[in-house]
Amino acid sequence: MDGRNARRERNRRLAIAVVATVAAGLLAAQAWTDEPGRTKADADDGQWVRAARDYASTRYSGLAQITSANVRQLRLAWSFHTGVERGQEAAPLVIGDTLYVVTPYPNVLWALDLRRDGAVRWKYEPKPATAAQGVACCDTVNRGAAYADGRVVFNTLDAQTVAVDARSGRELWRTKLGDINRGETMTMAPLIVRDRVLVGNSGGEFGVRGWLTALDLATGAIAWRAYSTGPDRDVLIGPRFRPFYAADRVPELGVASWPAEAWKIGGGTVWGWISYDADLDLVYYGTANPGPWNAEQRPGDNKWTNTIFARRPATGEAVWAYQLTPHDVFDYDAVNEQILVDLDLKGRRRKVLVRPERNGYVYVMDRATGEVLSATAFAHVNTTRGVDLATGRLTVNDEKTPVLGKVVRDICPAAPGAKDWQPSAWSPRTGLLYIPHQNLCMDFESLDTSYIAGTPYVGAIVRMYAGPGGQRGALTAWDPVAERAAWSLREPFPVWSGALATAGDVVFYGTMDRWIKAVHARTGELLWQFQTASGIIGQPITFRGPGGKQYVAVLDGVGGWAGAIVSAGLDARDQSAGGGFVNAMRDLPRHTPRGGTLWVFALP
Amino acid sequence: MNTALAGLLVVLVAGGTTAAAPPALRVCADPNNLPFSNARGEGFENRLAELLARELGARLEYTWSAQRRGFLRNTLEAGACDVLLGVPVGFDPVLLTRPYYRSTYVFAWRRDRALDIRSLDDPRLRGLRVGVQLIGNDGVNTPPAHALSRRGIVDNVRGFSVYADYAQPNPPARILDALIAGEIDVAVVWGPLAGYFALRLPAPLALAPVTPAADPPGLRFAFAMAAGVRRDDVALRDGLQAALDRRADDVRAILDAYGVPRAAEPPR
Repeated sequence: MDGRNARRERNRRLAIAVVATVAAGLLAAQAWTDEPGRTKADADDGQWVRAARDYASTRYSGLAQITSANVRQLRLAWSFHTGVERGQEAAPLVIGDTLYVVTPYPNVLWALDLRRDGAVRWKYEPKPATAAQGVACCDTVNRGAAYADGRVVFNTLDAQTVAVDARSGRELWRTKLGDINRGETMTMAPLIVRDRVLVGNSGGEFGVRGWLTALDLATGAIAWRAYSTGPDRDVLIGPRFRPFYAADRVPELGVASWPAEAWKIGGGTVWGWISYDADLDLVYYGTANPGPWNAEQRPGDNKWTNTIFARRPATGEAVWAYQLTPHDVFDYDAVNEQILVDLDLKGRRRKVLVRPERNGYVYVMDRATGEVLSATAFAHVNTTRGVDLATGRLTVNDEKTPVLGKVVRDICPAAPGAKDWQPSAWSPRTGLLYIPHQNLCMDFESLDTSYIAGTPYVGAIVRMYAGPGGQRGALTAWDPVAERAAWSLREPFPVWSGALATAGDVVFYGTMDRWIKAVHARTGELLWQFQTASGIIGQPITFRGPGGKQYVAVLDGVGGWAGAIVSAGLDARDQSAGGGFVNAMRDLPRHTPRGGTLWVFALP
Repeated sequence: MNTALAGLLVVLVAGGTTAAAPPALRVCADPNNLPFSNARGEGFENRLAELLARELGARLEYTWSAQRRGFLRNTLEAGACDVLLGVPVGFDPVLLTRPYYRSTYVFAWRRDRALDIRSLDDPRLRGLRVGVQLIGNDGVNTPPAHALSRRGIVDNVRGFSVYADYAQPNPPARILDALIAGEIDVAVVWGPLAGYFALRLPAPLALAPVTPAADPPGLRFAFAMAAGVRRDDVALRDGLQAALDRRADDVRAILDAYGVPRAAEPPR
């Protein structure tokens, strides 16, 4: 038996053992509704089984007890402190009568009993390596877990994926996917498609090479890994790869669009969102920025960084790819969510992917082919001048390109983009995309001496500040057909939380200055707000409790890149701390302490 | 009273005064980054720390932390320790002593290759395999990495992240391993790293300071290095300064023993 066969055999035995365990668990829990995998995935059963709720990533719930007419009566039902006071970016999950929440490092998974106001059923502690904290770029966040077939699956900061028995909290498997010593971390929420758990890595600034990896749901064994850079065989580009634009139909671009071997440490990590279209059988996700080279050192498009991939979930095979920001010089990681909807565009029904992108444009793309149908700025953008729809190529404004030794001011959007990871929500009732975002510009200024690992260097001072209008954040309701905002709400701080839309025509989002807000989905009118203990960067969800009542839940706990001044205690005097973000957030500590509390609301 | 008993009495007396034990000199240091420091005390910053502790009549304590993101925040700024060694002048978040040495990025090559590269403008740099150190902080890298790309020298350049694999000894030294292994022809490396390993690696290395000394706008290759404390810790800084001044010859001797290349003061 060669090594591979031995491994297969081990995995097979493990699979049998796990299946037996899960079967036993399910027998004991008939009340439980299991994620049905494919066709019923988007059916509304009042649960919330993955961060984006459905495969289309709408974050839309068909529940309609809470409406724009009665949301003013929303009251706190119960709350729960997670015990971890770092940036809480996770979406809670609700399966049956249990709510699950995963914390930032040390990535504790709590199971709370919805029949008893959130009493603790169990907690599971994966105990990730302490060193992981010093490696994560932007606070020690985790964006949530995913559920299927009796398993709760999530990633740990030290680059492991773990599966836990949803009933007992017992660990079923754990797979080490990256090496924290090499700077690899994991912060994203997995997506489970049939028997595949899809996960990606973080850490581009350490020279990590990005990948998306599929694990077997039953065993945790690695089924495939698709790198974002390098030879076609590593990127899983084969004979059936058919990108829409001719310039992309050239072999080996993951090597040829870089100097020499720069792709080997080229970044393109996968720390954002994945969507899935069951009819086309394609998963969609984006890759992060190129690194750790400075831009002059990596002439070329640096494929396939800042790229949307469409792949087959079973094999990982790439079907199409589109690079949103070629040769990125601004740190515009292209990891944002893609919302899969069908729209009437110019009299024709189109299966599209809507993507509010970090570079400031809402892309509407044909999700079968990768054609860009429109790309319209939803925020103030001067770094680029739009997308040429004939070639698909973004036009860069060279005047705003940061060059060492040169002062460049008023670069908009700043490095976190017009919108970072914070996921938007889509309402099929209004046809609007509710985009939580920021309004930040930056100066790339003078020079500064720094050092790391004993090695001195001359750095750049990056300072971010509010863009035109003076507000640092907004919730914008975007009409992707008309290609314009229906309305936009100004917020003093970046809106770093996710959004949630419901059939009651209510949109929920959280603010860094401690409000969970409900606004009218059609007008943006503020209908209700509640002050939490700490600022909110989490993802609000809604669910139907065991008693039939509709609830809304959100985690507070300010942090993340935007809130690290509070969660990591960055020095407000150091304008360039946190990659220059601290300069824009100096007043945040006056508005919120750290936190880590789950808040659950219901009508009386 | 015999001498053995006398010795015992001295010990007992000394033991009786432990309530007034010497204060601690608490140094924040990387446990795995020679030639600067390691947990076994083998780096030149370990030796400097010992020297300073002796001079100040203090006992030496370390807080170990990989010098990566959050190092300053989790060590000095968290109050876990009080002194940083090897901080470049111009690094604003801390209060600095005057520099106790000044070094430069150097070209390094194997002595069995007759390269003798001294200038960034040497045309051979367009053809040789050149290694540079990468920082990766928002695309900011070591000055030689930037200087080469400014000259269009890109395709033959290989980058080595200073972070590398922390499970290996002294991660930033991988660029020199590659030089010895013949994977690259020349490396452009921060002087103290090159100077130390030039004395210890299996094949002898030759070093030459990078010239020109500056590459405007914005790039220079020599850095003056100092000790740093929290910004409000003026008394400690002054104490360290006085100790460095009194023991300047010993400081020089330690740097010499570790092969730290020295750079001249910049012309005024």
